[in-house]
Amino acid sequence: MIYFDLFFGFLRVGCFAFGGAYGAIPLIRDVVLSYGWLNEDTLTYMIAVSESTPGPIMINLATYVGSSQGGIWGAIIATLAVVLPSYLIILLVMAVLKTLIKNKYFQAVLRGIKPCVIGIILATGVYMILGNLITLSDGISLKTQSLILTMILAVILLGVKKIKNKKLSPIMTIILSAVLGVIMYGF
Amino acid sequence: MKKRKILLDLLLTFMKIGLFTFGGGYAMISIIENNCVERKKWISHDDMMNITVIAESTPGPIAINCATFVGYQQAGFPGSVIATLGIVVPSFIIIFLISMFLDNFLEIAIIANAFKGIKIAVGILILDAAVTMIKKMQKKVFPRVIMIFSFAAMLLINIFSWNFSSINLMLIAAAISFIVFILNDTSMQKGGAEK
Repeated sequence: MIYFDLFFGFLRVGCFAFGGAYGAIPLIRDVVLSYGWLNEDTLTYMIAVSESTPGPIMINLATYVGSSQGGIWGAIIATLAVVLPSYLIILLVMAVLKTLIKNKYFQAVLRGIKPCVIGIILATGVYMILGNLITLSDGISLKTQSLILTMILAVILLGVKKIKNKKLSPIMTIILSAVLGVIMYGF
Repeated sequence: MKKRKILLDLLLTFMKIGLFTFGGGYAMISIIENNCVERKKWISHDDMMNITVIAESTPGPIAINCATFVGYQQAGFPGSVIATLGIVVPSFIIIFLISMFLDNFLEIAIIANAFKGIKIAVGILILDAAVTMIKKMQKKVFPRVIMIFSFAAMLLINIFSWNFSSINLMLIAAAISFIVFILNDTSMQKGGAEK
């Protein structure tokens, strides 16, 4: 039955999807293609849609595949299945965290992971900005419009911080960037 | 009555966060930090750092991990359910409508172009989240070295699309830190015994 397949397929994604959505794409591809829910082309398209709509990519993909295979109930079941493992794991972690965090060996492990995570996040940010500014299609060339947009956005953000002595909120930054994108590239 | 108010607050806040999460989980660290730490003061910056680390070391989207954590801390089990639902509902509705009615979503010019702008903001937000964390990091040699090596390794992995998950990087960092601790610990004990 399709609902069972959707549930267990996306439960598997939810259980083993480490390292954020991009790290999980090979796993998602494996599950989605093996059940024959999407083909390679529709999957690539759907990843692009999931990226350009709000919400975690993994959840968006689950909702989309679920609804295309089993309507509203398919969408609900697939979404639930992908969320359930991380939800339960966090509840478990929270139950033991208070005692665990006092353990000196656990602290030692954490001392290593923390700066590593910071480094990973920094690298992701830098890579993303580079990807926005540079294209490698034929040699290295600058994307001029993106560069201008990045500079405008940076100037506005720094300006607001200087004048109001407070950062522009991330949500306002996203709204502003969407408006700038439409102005820059047309509509 | 008070509890109901907290639950409603959790639901609305996480719906807002869910609605503005684009491009993977890292960008939302800034949004969660801004809403849950700075505005609502539900959790401290240290909590946020711990959640980020836990979210990275466990499977599933960071957004869900964070929502469950904050929701549970604020209002127990019901809070964790409500906050997690809050993250999921906005994107669920949007994707469901798209899958039903829009076959060529990405060909709509205004959406594609708005997203080109959003991508730029997402990069900046992730960088900002990282810089905030670096500023609050312990000013010691060991974490700095781990941070710089992880940064360089992850950047190379991204650039060359190597098939090496960030979770492996974290395992290596954890192992190194553990070994350094054990070595220090035993040498300290020896030092103590000689005295």
